[in-house]
Amino acid sequence: MGTGLGVGTAVLYLSLIVLIPLAAVVWRAGGQGIGYVWQAIRTPDSWAALELTLVASVIVALVNVVMGTVIAWVLVRDRFPGKAIVDMLIDLPFALPTIVAGLVLLALYGANSPLHVNLAYSEAGVVVALLFVTLPFVVRTVQPVLLELDRDMEQAAYSLGAGQWVTFRRIILPNLAPAMLSGAGLAFTRSIAEFGSTVLISGNIPFKTQVAAVNVAGRIESDNLTGAAAVSTALLLVAFVVLIMLDLVQRWAGRRD
Amino acid sequence: MAIEVCDVNKSFGTTPVLRDVSVDISSGSLTALLGPSGGGKSTLLRIIAGLEVPDSGTVVISGVDATRLSPQRRNVGFVFQHYAAFKHLTVYRNVAFGLEVRKRPKAEVRRRVHELLELVHLEQMADRYPAQLSGGQRQRMALARALAVEPEVLLLDEPFGALDAQVRKELRTWLRRLHDEVHVTTVFVTHDQEEAMDVADEIVVLANGAVEQVGSPDEIYDNPANPFVMSFLGPVTNLAGHLVRPHDIDVSATERSGGTAAAVTRIVRLGFEVRIEMRIDEQDVWAQLTRGTADSLGIEPGDTVYLRPSPHAKRLASPGSGRPVQEPAG
Amino acid sequence: MTRYLLRALALVYLLFLLVIPVGLIVWRTFADGMGPVIDALTSDEALHAFQVTLIVAVWAVALNTVFGVGTAVLLVRRRFPGKRLLSALIDLPVAVSPVIVGLALILVYGRFAPVGGWLERNGIQVIFSVPGMVLATVFVSLPLVVRAVVPVLEELGDEQERAAHTLGASPLQTFRRITIPGIQWALAYGIVLCLARALGEYGAVAVVSGRIVGETQTLTLFVEESFQNFDQTSAFAAATALALIAVVTLLIAKLLRPKGT
Repeated sequence: MGTGLGVGTAVLYLSLIVLIPLAAVVWRAGGQGIGYVWQAIRTPDSWAALELTLVASVIVALVNVVMGTVIAWVLVRDRFPGKAIVDMLIDLPFALPTIVAGLVLLALYGANSPLHVNLAYSEAGVVVALLFVTLPFVVRTVQPVLLELDRDMEQAAYSLGAGQWVTFRRIILPNLAPAMLSGAGLAFTRSIAEFGSTVLISGNIPFKTQVAAVNVAGRIESDNLTGAAAVSTALLLVAFVVLIMLDLVQRWAGRRD
Repeated sequence: MAIEVCDVNKSFGTTPVLRDVSVDISSGSLTALLGPSGGGKSTLLRIIAGLEVPDSGTVVISGVDATRLSPQRRNVGFVFQHYAAFKHLTVYRNVAFGLEVRKRPKAEVRRRVHELLELVHLEQMADRYPAQLSGGQRQRMALARALAVEPEVLLLDEPFGALDAQVRKELRTWLRRLHDEVHVTTVFVTHDQEEAMDVADEIVVLANGAVEQVGSPDEIYDNPANPFVMSFLGPVTNLAGHLVRPHDIDVSATERSGGTAAAVTRIVRLGFEVRIEMRIDEQDVWAQLTRGTADSLGIEPGDTVYLRPSPHAKRLASPGSGRPVQEPAG
Repeated sequence: MTRYLLRALALVYLLFLLVIPVGLIVWRTFADGMGPVIDALTSDEALHAFQVTLIVAVWAVALNTVFGVGTAVLLVRRRFPGKRLLSALIDLPVAVSPVIVGLALILVYGRFAPVGGWLERNGIQVIFSVPGMVLATVFVSLPLVVRAVVPVLEELGDEQERAAHTLGASPLQTFRRITIPGIQWALAYGIVLCLARALGEYGAVAVVSGRIVGETQTLTLFVEESFQNFDQTSAFAAATALALIAVVTLLIAKLLRPKGT
């Protein structure tokens, strides 16, 4: 089959399903002018939703950097029975439907919590839901780097007089940093886009627990497609900027290899 | 003594890697740990550095019992086979690392690092990252990094193993000269007997986790303690139940007393060197002659020649014929 | 010491974020035995949701498999201008919120949009109907097959394909007898991931389906509706069924995953 025909088909498929619809979102919002987009974003409920989404996503990215690295470290450097199962469990949040993730968390952290921890309808609930769905990102970006990390480097540091902590801070951490950062970036973009897992646990209370994606969904339901497109455009823009920054981080890290 | 290793044993799992190894290394010497791979030489080096802990036995460095000391307190410089360069740090920061963790004043660090970069001829590369260096340059950087902290002993694990033949030869000569300048007690691991004889002034032969022989390159080559050392240090051939160096065989075209008759099967000319391959009964044997000697014999494949060891040849009973016994030269 | 501390920290975190919540749902589902679970999963509404989910998923997987293999071959084996751009665009769906996916499709294929209106006048309803749900599912699972196949195809090299050509095989024969066997495990891996994503998609489908019970309701939508209607038994039963699918997916993916990744 000719390359041209093949590329044409692929581009057509991509255009019909992804590119034209996404362009339509930006077009719909931008067609009203930048001022309109800004106004739509500044509507109190949307603004509050965006604010919550961004703050929660930053928290989620930070927690993931620490916990994801700890988990990756334990999976690579530690040995204990059942490690293979733990390693497999890490991917569960990617495989589990988001609505099920929300339901599952509500079982432990909802009104009937056996721990008597009720996070339902609270901002903390949103953060927990986002932590659940973003768990694999940092673990799965740091893990392979840690596996490949030259153990001789650490031993060289020890033989040059560095202790464990100094070796971790000055040798291991700088080598993991690009992976940690890119994992955190992916977790952040996933968080600002997340919908399904927050629906049940957050209760979607405007000005309190409503995240941006739910705000967009609300506008679609009330047939305010233009407003929905404006908030969507803002979200897409943030995601786009973060992804470009990630790419720059990768290039910056790659300059040493 | 700079390093005294006494009765060291080490096993990985159930496999013994070192068995009752005792080695003394004198101050200021340049010593090679020579042996086939899997012989335990790298493990011994890592035990001296503190990167492995022996199951039993002691390691004394400069008079201090270092057996239980962590690597960072031993003040040894260790150079890894694959350099172990800190990828995220420049050449300068790599070399400065040991001084920085010792919290030396900035000015002193700068002076010392520049001194060392000059010593290893990397002054121009200070701001590069390891990935931008060639293999030989990286190895020199690793050496400067290890020397920067003024270690009591410098340990090198197969330092030239990952380099190509040309660079390897250059670095050997260079290491020898560096040692003459710096005089730090140096131990390096190698499986290449030529490298050991070229660079070291003392060789420790290790095989199957035990020390086979210790001595100067000449001593070990001329007076090998057993057939293993003899065949590991240079070529050997089997003449009438004895191991002999092929260049220690006298070849004669005419019959003479004490000569063993052999049939010439092949003559290989390798420039200056000529190898004569022969058979005695069912046994292959070969001799190494200079071109002039070979030409004056005027022999061809199919001829019969008479062989005997040259007057000062070292002979060992070959392992096939009972215990290795050392015999006087015949 | 540090080692045990880190291990404890990691395991406790996973326990409270992942293991206990999922375990709790399974436990609560089966608290009253198998009977109520089977009843809940065999109700007309649930059975219909299963059916819709399966139809949408099979379509989406089929489309993305054909697109995925074709595009992977193009990206690895052919040279053409804009190759890097195409490769970047394929990853775009990962960064887009499922809700925005729904909105985007409504804006193009909705009744009041030019394209959607034209289609509807010709008897094809996309939004609030199965075609729209298929489109949404295709959108969110688009990169999975491509990304599973590309690295294996790269590693495979084109030597064997060239050898087949010199032996007289046509391009189609070469593709069927050399390329496909070479990538079959990676392809299976990609299809499993794609299928799992398709079965479990919620957000994008929620927006474009209109959530019409008995018509466009998928399993994930059924979970939400049951839960909001205080029908915990049905919600938990369907959630457990979906979780089971997820776990099976993980196990299969683990078996199929190309070594070294």
